[in-house]
Amino acid sequence: MEEPKANLTSPGPGHDEKKDGAGAPIILFFIVGLVSSLVVGWIFFPPLVYSTKRQPIDFNHALHNGLVDNGCESCHFLREDGTYSGAPKLAQCVQCHEEANSEDPEEIKFVENFVKRDREVPWLVYARQPACVFFSHAAHVKMAGIDCVTCHGPIGESESLRPYQENRISGYSRDIWGKHPLGLKRNSWDRMKMDDCAECHAQAKVNAGSVQTQRDGCLVCHK
Amino acid sequence: MKIDRRSFLAFVIGGAAGTTLSPLPWKLTDDISIWSQNWPWTPVPPRGERAFINSTCTLCPGGCGITVCKVGERVIKVEGRKGHPVNDGGLCPLGLSAAQLLYAPTRVPGPMKKTAEGWQEVSWSSALSEIASELGQLRANGQPESIAWISESDRGTTAELCKRLLTVCGSPNYFRTPSLQDTFETAIYLTQGQRAMAGFDLAGADFVLSFGAGLIEGWGSPGYMLRARSGLRERGGRLEHVEPRLSKTAAKADRWVPIRPGTEGELALGLAHVIIRDGLYRKDFVNGRSTGFDAFRQIVGEAYTPEAVSKSTGIDAKTILDLARAFAGAKKPLAICGRGSGRLPGGLQEVLAVHYLNALVGSINQPGGVIAVPEPEYVNWPEPEMDPTASKGMQQPRVDGAGQGGFSVARYLLNRLPAALASGSPPPVKALFVSGANPVHDLADAGAAAQAFRKIPLIVSLSPFMNETAAMAHFILPTHTGLERYEDVPAASGFPRPILGLAKPAVKPLLNTKHVGDVVIELAKAMRRPVAGAFPWADYEDCLKKTLGGNWGSLVKNGFVMDAKFTPSGFETASHKFEFKNNELAKLPAYAAQTAPGDERSFPLTLIPYDTMRLAVGAAGSPPFLMKALEETVLQQNDGMVEINPATAGGLGLVEGAAAVLSTPRGRARVRVHLFDGIMPGLVALPRGLGHSAFDRFLAGKGVNINDLIAPVEDPASGFEAGWGIRAQLTRA
Repeated sequence: MEEPKANLTSPGPGHDEKKDGAGAPIILFFIVGLVSSLVVGWIFFPPLVYSTKRQPIDFNHALHNGLVDNGCESCHFLREDGTYSGAPKLAQCVQCHEEANSEDPEEIKFVENFVKRDREVPWLVYARQPACVFFSHAAHVKMAGIDCVTCHGPIGESESLRPYQENRISGYSRDIWGKHPLGLKRNSWDRMKMDDCAECHAQAKVNAGSVQTQRDGCLVCHK
Repeated sequence: MKIDRRSFLAFVIGGAAGTTLSPLPWKLTDDISIWSQNWPWTPVPPRGERAFINSTCTLCPGGCGITVCKVGERVIKVEGRKGHPVNDGGLCPLGLSAAQLLYAPTRVPGPMKKTAEGWQEVSWSSALSEIASELGQLRANGQPESIAWISESDRGTTAELCKRLLTVCGSPNYFRTPSLQDTFETAIYLTQGQRAMAGFDLAGADFVLSFGAGLIEGWGSPGYMLRARSGLRERGGRLEHVEPRLSKTAAKADRWVPIRPGTEGELALGLAHVIIRDGLYRKDFVNGRSTGFDAFRQIVGEAYTPEAVSKSTGIDAKTILDLARAFAGAKKPLAICGRGSGRLPGGLQEVLAVHYLNALVGSINQPGGVIAVPEPEYVNWPEPEMDPTASKGMQQPRVDGAGQGGFSVARYLLNRLPAALASGSPPPVKALFVSGANPVHDLADAGAAAQAFRKIPLIVSLSPFMNETAAMAHFILPTHTGLERYEDVPAASGFPRPILGLAKPAVKPLLNTKHVGDVVIELAKAMRRPVAGAFPWADYEDCLKKTLGGNWGSLVKNGFVMDAKFTPSGFETASHKFEFKNNELAKLPAYAAQTAPGDERSFPLTLIPYDTMRLAVGAAGSPPFLMKALEETVLQQNDGMVEINPATAGGLGLVEGAAAVLSTPRGRARVRVHLFDGIMPGLVALPRGLGHSAFDRFLAGKGVNINDLIAPVEDPASGFEAGWGIRAQLTRA
């Protein structure tokens, strides 16, 4: 136990450096570290988190929206039992697209690759929530009267489907976290995280607490 | 400028600060947490439109209505059917996990034959023709009665087909799996003169006195009983429960009366004594609608005074008086019995004692009472053509002795089969079919039963699963699970009305399996006339449709047919009254409390089995969902937990969780100790449904099979299995 004591009192290499007055380079190194990590964190990192995929068919929402009578619900409807049908199945599309109706290469691709082969289109769903989340469209659209745009944005006006970005770690869509690297949002549809659900529920004072816990409504969505 | 330790540290600190101010750590943390909350390897139901199929559960005789939820061709959930007269939305955990049985990885994929190298896959036609020729050989040798069949039931088209095959071959040796229904049916037959099933109108009763009946441990139809017990409480009724152990039912009862095990019948007679002595019985019923009351009064008047009963049952005399007065004083009292889930018939005199108690208060065929539910009569096939071999075989006595001599009241005595096999040389059974049962695991002294079964030269298992009986069979002809087949469910066990349910296929058969009915029909067709001629149907579905006739359409549409206006018929005895005493009853040996086998000196404790809804007993073992839901007090990892009162354990130097060896006259097993204040001192308890050697890795090798430790006890009055426990010793390992 004597040894360490002796070491502490003997002058080490640091003792000499202090005399050199190396203050300026240390701040420089700090700044270099700071700036390079900011560059990595803000510029290089965000695109690395996501892989980008194209939708199998470039669907034109604006064009279809002009042709149907019932807006979004013409294709994205609630089933009789209250469950939500999601992206349309081939059977719905075939009602109009048994043959190609135009020269549009995307429509021809759709008819050739899917309709004629009787294959479902593997649509990539931008707004798909993780499997641990229960969400009822009926409760929000029918009972609360919230319109589609509030959560999904003006997708009905788009002429082309944007690329689908999939998180390499979680496997879920970028739309859940939002486009901003820090997940900041300007519009109500920019992000679909739990806080966004909670914020709206708190404002509307609906299901803010669950029967089971008498406080935070965990079990309202995480059943 | 030189890069030294300090500048390097400055660079790292700067980097850390910059990283904190960038999205990197926050985004990564969030992504990793989402990933870890949704492990990609955890199965999730497929998305898509859900279809719902109304069907009937076939996993036990409970007859509960189920709704099967499917996405595409995948079953994702099974729930109790809302509005069903039996269970109205409720369902037991086994029924809820039916989808796991459907997709069980260890289902038998196709017909198999055991060879010297092990199981070999064979085609259906070769398996059936080989078995058919063996049966033909037995007939040719003039031994048709050596063919036997063990089945879960003796009612409904499938059971009738199996029985018919045996009949036209010439064998009376058809066995129904034993249950409490055996004793209750016999009790009704002896006192009311009719062959009927026992129904219990718990929904109409306001005071239920249960002699160990585990209303929430699977007794009767679990769906109906769960609902009825809750209903009783909501209506302000009372449940008083008599049992040596604080079961879940006891814990939920309004009063729990611990009793020395095996003396339940004595308590029932003691209560009858008080009710008669104090004139509390219903005179309108006893004087107007019964006979033999005086003889009964004499029996209970002498020997069953509260003091005497108190001595043997361990219940103080005041409580006995109190119970009798509360029971007789209720508007609609109902007494029920049968230990735990009622898996075993129990002693006939014990069930009769409880039945008499109901008669004393007029709760027979009355709302809120025991109802004689007529046996279904829709299977009306023409008598089959019998050749001389078949006629001769059918006149032979049954191998279990049922219906003859001292066992004239019994119809099936599966519990007596192992001894008959063991003593016979050659064994009296040369070809055995087993469907919907797992006798090698479920019979008392399972080891001896397995050894006896091994003497049978041909065992054919008709089971979807590799259970212990299938594992020791020579052929496995795998059958559909309940979610893949049509099946008529002719009754709901313990439900107080006749009800006919229909199980419907929710999915097409996943594997190379067949319906038990189709196996019988095809087997018969592979044999020569007259056996083949007795089965004029194309297949089972054809047979079912023709048998159900006009009911088929409404069964497919509604899932069940029930006579809502049903009222029980009058008594069919010679006197047209309820008979406390008659010639047949007089022939039975008088009530005597059964003692546990084994000598008290070497085995100072008594081992009793208990039931839980979280463990399946029968042909299908517990699926993984049930095993996950099992409490630590029942199973810890692979160790079965034995329950013991802390006072008893203290004397033996045992502490919670201690490894111990439990031995009985029939076997020994390694267990761990669970101290439980709810079990009477001097007793130890193990659950039924564990200790499997077959099935899959989720079930095999876990806990102890209590049937390996228990000895069979034959009821002297009927021959039914009446064992409730065995002497045991527990020592530190």
